[in-house]
Amino acid sequence: MNLAALTLHEAREKLRKREFSAQELIEAVFRRISETEEKLHCYITLSHDTALKEAKQADELLKTDTNPHSLLGIPIAVKDNFLTRGIQTTCASKFLENFIPPYDCTTVKKLRASGAIITGKTNLDEFAMGSSAENSAFFATHNPWDTDRVPGGSSGGSAAALAADQCIVALGTDTGGSIRQPAAFCGVVGLKPTYGRVSRYGIIAFASSMDQVGPMTKDVRDSALMLEAIASYDPADSTSANRPVPQYSASLTGDVKGLRIGIPKEYFVSGIQPAVEQAVHKAVRQLEKNGAAIKEISLPHTDYAVAVYYIVATAEASSNLARYDGMRYGHRARAKDLTETYMLSRAEGFGPEVKRRIMLGTYALSAGYYDAYYLKAQRVRTLIKKDFDEAFKSCDAIIAPTAPTTAFKIGEKTQDPLQMYLSDIYTISVNLAGLPAISLPCGFDPEGLPIGMQIIGKHFDESTILAIAYAYEQSTGWHKRKPNL
Amino acid sequence: MKYETVIGLEVHAQLLTQSKIFCGCSTKFGQAPNHNTCPICTGFPGVLPVLNKKVVEFAIRAGLATHCEIARWSRLARKNYFYPDLPKGYQISQYELPICTNGYIDIAFNGVAKRIRLTRIHMEEDAGKNIHDLRSDASLVDLNRAGVPLLEIVSEPDIRSAEEAGNYLRTLRAMLQYLDICDGNMEEGSFRCDANVSVRPEGTTALGTKVELKNLNSFKGVEKAIEFEIRRQIETLSDGGSLVQETRLWDPDREETRSMRTKEFAHDYRYFPDPDLLPVAIDEKWIDEIRASLPELPGARKVRLISQYDIPAYDAELLTNRKDVADYFESTLIIHRNPKVIANWITGDLFRLLKDRKLDEKLYITDWPVQADNLAAMVALIDQGKISGKIAKTVFEAMADSGSSPQKIVAEKGLEQVSDPESIEKAIDQVLIAHPKQVADYQAGNQKIFGFLVGQIMKATQGKVNPQKANEILKRKLTEGNEISATSGRKLD
Amino acid sequence: MKLTREEVQRVAMLARLRLTPEDEERLTEQLDNILQYVGKLNQLDTSGIEPFTHAVDIANPMREDAITNEPNADAILANAPAQENHFFQVPKIIE
Repeated sequence: MNLAALTLHEAREKLRKREFSAQELIEAVFRRISETEEKLHCYITLSHDTALKEAKQADELLKTDTNPHSLLGIPIAVKDNFLTRGIQTTCASKFLENFIPPYDCTTVKKLRASGAIITGKTNLDEFAMGSSAENSAFFATHNPWDTDRVPGGSSGGSAAALAADQCIVALGTDTGGSIRQPAAFCGVVGLKPTYGRVSRYGIIAFASSMDQVGPMTKDVRDSALMLEAIASYDPADSTSANRPVPQYSASLTGDVKGLRIGIPKEYFVSGIQPAVEQAVHKAVRQLEKNGAAIKEISLPHTDYAVAVYYIVATAEASSNLARYDGMRYGHRARAKDLTETYMLSRAEGFGPEVKRRIMLGTYALSAGYYDAYYLKAQRVRTLIKKDFDEAFKSCDAIIAPTAPTTAFKIGEKTQDPLQMYLSDIYTISVNLAGLPAISLPCGFDPEGLPIGMQIIGKHFDESTILAIAYAYEQSTGWHKRKPNL
Repeated sequence: MKYETVIGLEVHAQLLTQSKIFCGCSTKFGQAPNHNTCPICTGFPGVLPVLNKKVVEFAIRAGLATHCEIARWSRLARKNYFYPDLPKGYQISQYELPICTNGYIDIAFNGVAKRIRLTRIHMEEDAGKNIHDLRSDASLVDLNRAGVPLLEIVSEPDIRSAEEAGNYLRTLRAMLQYLDICDGNMEEGSFRCDANVSVRPEGTTALGTKVELKNLNSFKGVEKAIEFEIRRQIETLSDGGSLVQETRLWDPDREETRSMRTKEFAHDYRYFPDPDLLPVAIDEKWIDEIRASLPELPGARKVRLISQYDIPAYDAELLTNRKDVADYFESTLIIHRNPKVIANWITGDLFRLLKDRKLDEKLYITDWPVQADNLAAMVALIDQGKISGKIAKTVFEAMADSGSSPQKIVAEKGLEQVSDPESIEKAIDQVLIAHPKQVADYQAGNQKIFGFLVGQIMKATQGKVNPQKANEILKRKLTEGNEISATSGRKLD
Repeated sequence: MKLTREEVQRVAMLARLRLTPEDEERLTEQLDNILQYVGKLNQLDTSGIEPFTHAVDIANPMREDAITNEPNADAILANAPAQENHFFQVPKIIE
């Protein structure tokens, strides 16, 4: 049995049945990492020794553990923008190279308390700004399905590690599609919960009104189980929702009869790769066969979403990244005075994409431009949200492609930032409105590259989208395919 | 050309909460550097703010006491700029929707009541402290103060002179102390003031060029700085020059305002609503609760003192300007109830003593030079006829020097008043015998001589004789003419 | 309205980013491009539309005024580029 290829629910069950030990599991995962890392470069930091120690402890605890929900002994890869106490957290930036946080983010704290074992910190686009993991200051991550291609971003490292079985589950963050798009590119399941469902405390902030933590998993059941483990109210996060957490896995019945699914007509216009369009349409027909009712809906302001995002997200980011000034932690440049210290530390510490977004965001907030850019964008954002509110009056979920194309080649889109931004077109609106959405595999293109389908739900209705995703997944089985590494 | 001064004041008041505004660090002053810090108030990656409810409560208290409109929804905003004492690279403050607006404070200036309007009161976090003078090649940053809650209180430009400004500040500070939300310590920085000063030709309404004054570290400093600035502005304009809208620093040593180094780029704070915090909701119920629990404010206390103790309005005003004085006054009355006389002692001798010892600049006096119970006991001695008012002055000074009780001092120094008629008669007889000419003058019709004779009696008895009794007996003896006491043995012709 | 180099310099100063002349040129072009694109928002009439505030429609939670933090200056200073006697040491600040 290839232990590293197991899902969370499989591994948990087998660990309890003592089919193998937690140590054996972690060793299998690290073996897999050493076999494939050179080709993929998923991890910035590996926690081999600590993980082994924790696995030993897990085996002890497993002898008496009766909690069916615990994650004891489960190897998990964590995106390197989650603060992990004592473990270097770089955000894939030179600015934070060698930064050792003095505290754990809430989500990691919860998972550690549940017995999960961190395999390491995965690569991302620097400060989560990007759609390909190419903006990492250290190295690009390669897509396990075709190592000449990007894994997607910004949670590219987590997606690739997961697809390559370098972990059992992974954590990512999603601000404009950064969980869903790499999940689509890597053929795995990526869930962005409703804004406020999972604590943001301890996540390096990019766009505060959009950032969300989410699980990346090998199948939908794992996604539901992970969401159960990490969703909660956090008093340390003022934007955290104080609502009960349903047992998401209970909605995985496979039954979608009577559910109404909306297909936004604006999402199927030019620019979409034919294979992607076909795969998503086929998936919709499958769900229809399963008993769901399909109808066309309209999200009229779709075309403005990217513009809104690149004003509001960059504005928030420009302010969130002001703390990286070299005074209290991080890179401090050698300079002749205070002002120059600020300017050089930040110029040397930040990569070009980060600088570009800081500049854009600063401009959008600056005197004379605030009304025309920031305020205007926030008003259009309200319109975008209203589009969804309206649509959800007549449907329970919305289905769309996750990305207009499958994984592109490394270096293909790095020349024109705007082209890169436009590839976020299907995922961005969801973050603007704060809705939950899941991406799961729905086929492969002629090159053998995974295609992702996105299911968008109402606020706090992760149960419905998980249910639909599960039903589709079980009817098709795309998740069982693995890359040829 | 006569000019009118237009002044607006911006006060930052540190709030007396246990913990900081957005994290659970202590606000205690005077700790070791960076001892009162955590990842949140030092701007670490990934941290988020959570608002301290007490800060909102204090802001509402201040708003109610100053007759403001309390916003049912208000928002926190980010003010973005780079400085080493600002860990996040932005300050969380309020911009478009502050918690309180459109209030006023009534001040009494030169016996006339004047209303100074308040534009707004809002909540914000304090920055840390930069220390420049320990090294020549580097600065040191202590973030203990970063995140301590502040209220920013902005007045309309209704103030018309430096003195009025001082009056406004003292009144505002007293109010914040009464509300128990700020200790008003300008020297320690828990009560800070910036002034906006402009001048305009008398009778006009357009505002002149506004100059912001900073580094005003004491009430005297505020008044002097404003006076200097008014003179400077008027001189400049009178000489045909023009004024620049700028920020000037007050130099207390050279007693002048100086232009700050002109920045290459003006501050563009890029205010926007803080996405990590949601709109602050305040409901009627909470406002009512706070209103009901407001401590007695200076104005109300003054009214009560007048009606409860029948003291003059002028005295009541002086006694309630400062909470510590009002508390002192009322605590004396627990020991001995003579409000009018005690009020006089406080507003006269005690105030003078405080000023001499420079204690009046302290914000809440706990180390009184004369303890309240001692003052009360002293007045009790006067009322009991044990000492005269005059001797009391001596006792008062002695109490200020030694801290002893008045009873002890009177006993030690033998200051007890002589009140028995026999001793007094004896003393008077001796004086009358010694000054026959004056006695004859008086009896001839020269009333003024009475005072001289009283003075002699005082002298002869080291001031200890009971003045009223002495007066009585002296008058009787003089008008009854030839009668002298049987014991003195001399007959007057 | 085309983005000028002067504006890029002004924004770079506000953001405390040192740009080389090549950076300035490249950024001026790229940012101008992006700003032209986002300018499409002006096609929309948004009069009467409230700016978006939060996805969750609730009031700000508040915490009780209590000291909950265990002081640990060493942990806070552990990543400091320079420190002295528990102060953060920074380049000289000239007021």
